[in-house]
Amino acid sequence: MSKVLAAIIGPGNIGTDLLAKLRRSDVIEVGYVVGVVESDGLRRARDLGIAASADGLDWLLEQDPLPDIVFDATSAKAHRAAAPRLADAGIVAIDLTPAAVGPLVCPPVNFHEHVDAPNINMISCGAQATVPIVHAVSRVVDVAYAEIVASVAAKSAGPGTRANIDEFTHTTSRAVRELGGTPKGKAIIVLNPVEPPMIMRDTVFCAIPPDADHDLITESVRLRVAEVQQYVPGYQLRAAPQFDEPREQWNGNGRVSVFLEVRGAGDYLPQYAGNLDIMTAAAARVGELVATKLSQAVTA
Amino acid sequence: MTGGTQRAVRITDTTLRDGSHAMSHQFTEEQVRATVHALDSSGVEVIEVSHGDGVGGSSFNYGFSRVDEMQLIAAAAEEAKRARIAILLVPGIGTMDDLRAARENGAAIARIATHCTEADVSVQHFGIARSLGMETVGFLMMSHRTTPDELARQARIMVDAGADCVYAVDSAGALVLDEARLRIAALVAEVGEDAQVGFHGHQNLSLGVANSVLAFQTGARQIDGSLCALGAGAGNSPTEVLAATFNHLGVETGVDVGGVLDAAEEVVRPYLPRWPKADRTAIVQGWAGVYSSFLLHAEHAAERYQVPAHKILQKAGELGYVGGQEDMLIDIALQMAQERDLAATGAR
Repeated sequence: MSKVLAAIIGPGNIGTDLLAKLRRSDVIEVGYVVGVVESDGLRRARDLGIAASADGLDWLLEQDPLPDIVFDATSAKAHRAAAPRLADAGIVAIDLTPAAVGPLVCPPVNFHEHVDAPNINMISCGAQATVPIVHAVSRVVDVAYAEIVASVAAKSAGPGTRANIDEFTHTTSRAVRELGGTPKGKAIIVLNPVEPPMIMRDTVFCAIPPDADHDLITESVRLRVAEVQQYVPGYQLRAAPQFDEPREQWNGNGRVSVFLEVRGAGDYLPQYAGNLDIMTAAAARVGELVATKLSQAVTA
Repeated sequence: MTGGTQRAVRITDTTLRDGSHAMSHQFTEEQVRATVHALDSSGVEVIEVSHGDGVGGSSFNYGFSRVDEMQLIAAAAEEAKRARIAILLVPGIGTMDDLRAARENGAAIARIATHCTEADVSVQHFGIARSLGMETVGFLMMSHRTTPDELARQARIMVDAGADCVYAVDSAGALVLDEARLRIAALVAEVGEDAQVGFHGHQNLSLGVANSVLAFQTGARQIDGSLCALGAGAGNSPTEVLAATFNHLGVETGVDVGGVLDAAEEVVRPYLPRWPKADRTAIVQGWAGVYSSFLLHAEHAAERYQVPAHKILQKAGELGYVGGQEDMLIDIALQMAQERDLAATGAR
């Protein structure tokens, strides 16, 4: 089976780490890397023998053959501009920016609902790390409310995230509700500058019914962690899910708490930046699923 | 500069915000009204009202508010005749939606808090606060965790974003005299021409008031306190002690000492769950430089997992956890319990 041709726009840290992951893929070949200024990222791509240009999307859309999939690791603003042009060209866009032009997708939770979407949004690092767990709980018991706390190394939070941290909070809490499967969701992010940098940590709290089956929840969470580990090997539980007895101030609900650590693969980004790694890993995963579907369509 | 105080020193009372930690966020509207009334009648000009972790802080991680904080802010604004109501917002926990809601409910001053080296996450919130016509304060938390020079650079980011005043916040009660003075001096040197400088002290090493006096002598114009020290860790610099001390020094704060003494004794003392004090766990917080609000969370985790609270806090200091990472206290307790159980198995 021949590989599906892909391009990466935005050759910064994220784009470069994504390239490293896609180079290992059996189903995707990255043929183009595009930026808007000359950069180390473009030079690294050329060193790998990949066609790379600083002339942006205009250049990419003139190439023959055109890519079937474009990974966008630029900015929300740039992606909003690029999205209609990619759609017109019949290219599937996998969007790593917060633009949310297409449906929010977390691979193990809802990719199957969006296999044919022309544009797929990867939400946020916090969502990729925590929504699988909220969903793992809500598929076995009612979750009246879910809350996630993402702690990341200050060094791994770029200027875009810093300038609009509310965007993270809003988008992630939306994903916790809509994909996680709960009517009420809250997201918290903490930047920690400690040296050496801390590895990304995530905590998921879910309000559960007083009579919830704890073993069922634990089993569902463990299965889900194993699924995520298929594309993020450094994703792991710090301890078994913890259960607290129902309390009046929790509206009579009990609570399950899940403590996670996300260690990056260290492809291009440092290992502590699990928050960035889980974004590129999830995007690569979605890319492979899309590529597999495209090849099957061709074969059929 | 558009906002700030004309006085030598303005005392901001945070009983109803930092005190919310010590109350496990269970303030009632009656308690808020009575406290605001007492502070307002005593001439305190700024009264902060929010969940302890700022607006939007009501959560599993920090504790749910008994009464919606917007209802408490509205009640406070209604009760105050002269005083203005301030709110705290920690970007990453609260959002611009919370800020707008607080404004609609009568808050006049927005205090935007970040870890001492992460000021750039507050830029958008200062912009919104200013566009809502609010006076603004930047709150550089855990300021013992960076150098005076770096703290000044961070203060500059906040002032450029629209802060009328920037505080060195001793969230861990860890600054000892000169360490507080040098931070205030650096802030005054960097932003003094464009903004005021403030100090927020805690009593973990019993130096909140002494550091506040040094801060004033070094150029700080805004000082935080809480009635009966009600606040995180060993509590805040007590408002009534600050008022008496500045009065003794002949520094005009506009606060009636007798009034705040009565407010502390007759209004706040009856609802104190416990009088904040420098006990072992709180001293460890000052000594190890740990965020004061971790205190009750560490105690709860200690009870749940049968490990010592002060050791959880000590570990939190070693690992460099910052404000907002309350979940990590459970994680530390869990790890300590696992190690203990492993050791017990090994001994058998």
